[in-house]
Amino acid sequence: MRPVLSIEKVRKSFGQNTVLGEVSLQVPEHTATVLIGASGSGKSTLLRCINLLEQIDDGAIYLDEKEITSPLVNVDEARMRMGIVFQSFNLFPHMRVIDNITLAPIKVHKVKKEQARAEAKILLEKFGLLDKAEEFPDRLSGGQQQRVAIIRSIATHPRALLLDEITSALDPVLVNEVLAAITELKQEGMTMVIATHEMNFAHQVANEVCFLHNGFIAERGPAAQVLQDPQDIRTKEFLRKVSLN
Amino acid sequence: MTHSSNDNKNSNESWYPSELELQRQKVRSQQSRKRIAIATSSSVLVLGGLVLFIISSPGWELFKQTYFDIEYGIEVLPIVAKGITTNIRLTIIASILITILALLLALARTSKAAALTPFRILATVYVDIFRGVPLLLVILLVGFGVPALGIRGLTGNVLVLGTLAVVLTYSAYVAEVFRSGILSIHPSQRAAARSLGLTQAQAMRYVILPQAIRRVIPPLLNDLVALIKDTGLVSILGVIDAVRAAQIQTSKTFNYTPYIVAAILFLMITIPLTRITDRALQKSIAQQNSQGTT
Ligand SMILES: Nc1ncnc2c1ncn2[C@@H]1O[C@H](COP(=O)(O)OP(=O)(O)OP(=O)(O)O)[C@@H](O)[C@H]1O
Ligand SMILES: [Mg+2]
Repeated sequence: MRPVLSIEKVRKSFGQNTVLGEVSLQVPEHTATVLIGASGSGKSTLLRCINLLEQIDDGAIYLDEKEITSPLVNVDEARMRMGIVFQSFNLFPHMRVIDNITLAPIKVHKVKKEQARAEAKILLEKFGLLDKAEEFPDRLSGGQQQRVAIIRSIATHPRALLLDEITSALDPVLVNEVLAAITELKQEGMTMVIATHEMNFAHQVANEVCFLHNGFIAERGPAAQVLQDPQDIRTKEFLRKVSLN
Repeated sequence: MTHSSNDNKNSNESWYPSELELQRQKVRSQQSRKRIAIATSSSVLVLGGLVLFIISSPGWELFKQTYFDIEYGIEVLPIVAKGITTNIRLTIIASILITILALLLALARTSKAAALTPFRILATVYVDIFRGVPLLLVILLVGFGVPALGIRGLTGNVLVLGTLAVVLTYSAYVAEVFRSGILSIHPSQRAAARSLGLTQAQAMRYVILPQAIRRVIPPLLNDLVALIKDTGLVSILGVIDAVRAAQIQTSKTFNYTPYIVAAILFLMITIPLTRITDRALQKSIAQQNSQGTT
């Protein structure tokens, strides 16, 4: 199967600090790739590079076999075809939930307002939030806000969804409702790249797991293999530390 | 996927305050009564003393006649009140123009688009100049300078020129208020908007600017109060506003009561506005606190 996302030898540094060194990764359609690794290993930076929020120093990123890191590519158009959800939700506080969700479909994808609202309501219903459609974000719990953020990013029918530690600002009960939503998306065939510290979730949702260490992929493979029978000494060390918490 | 919501309501029909809570309430109300008593007696003492001191001063009778001649005040009230309608009209027209010009200046200064570079430079220079020159000077320069240019079509109407001068200066102040509001919106909001595919301009229009404007409403109301007062300065060009009207009356009788009348009329507009500003400020602080870091 042709990969939806293809990352080839991507490098990124901030000043002297090399955050990503030669990272390569293919994400086939309808699969989830999970990035794990210690804090500071470069997971967020990689996702931000894919979403073109950071400019890479070398290498290339392809979305549906088109190089999106080319300076000739319209950044807005490339981003239109990806969704990203952040750790800190980043909902628009001055807009109601439904308007948060329909802003991009209406303004960017030129969907008719009525249709955008109808589609948003279907998504809200599916994620158990229909009764919150007319609320402002600050009236919602953290887990509800994060689910709205997820809905907002899939309302534009992205080819790939990027998730950056979307549960780390939530308490355990709320984590589960958000993870259930992601599992549901996975079953529907959404292509995803997920950075997470939740190993159980990684195990449940990942087709492939990549262990990042200081900006390099130290180990990658099927979820069961990397998480249960890691080959690399650094992966073993990391998983041991994580399971202690 | 189903998310069950729990319907347990906290039931507290059978709750009565405990002995301890009743005792606390009693002490609290005693404390608050004591505070009120202290506040009242100290106010009466200080303010009453001040009034007594002024009234008993040797020049009080003369002072009262020249500044607080009530009959004369009532006589000039309609004239000064007619003058203040000029201040109000000027304020309304100017504040609309100021808002538009200031928004354009703030957008030019915060934009990163290459094509807008000349506007960014112009806007910066403009703000630097008009923030740094006293308003009175700008009024004099525009009021007397522009007609002196003798360009046909440029009006010699002092009211129009005075308004122009006020707009020039205040749009520089207000542009800075808007700009600080725009810069105060967390970059993650722009990132979120951009990641959804919104262009720079769309992110500004739909995400940044609405939040920024909400946040700067209190300082803007402050500037509005200042603007109302400063419209009095255009009287120097001969515009018959409240200040000028009072001045004309005073020069006839050498009694300063018309000035006091004008001052009271200004206060009748500015004090309610100041209260509204306070209210808006409190509301916006409460809002920002409840929003946390989103
Ligand atoms: N904008 C930036 N400017 C400078 N350095 C940055 C910037 N963003 C990230 N870094 C650095 O890049 C490194 C990797 O950060 P990154 O956020 O990608 O790590 P992470 O794997 O997501 O960590 P965490 O698990 O804590 O989220 C860190 O050393 C960080 O200090
Ligand atoms: Mg991170």
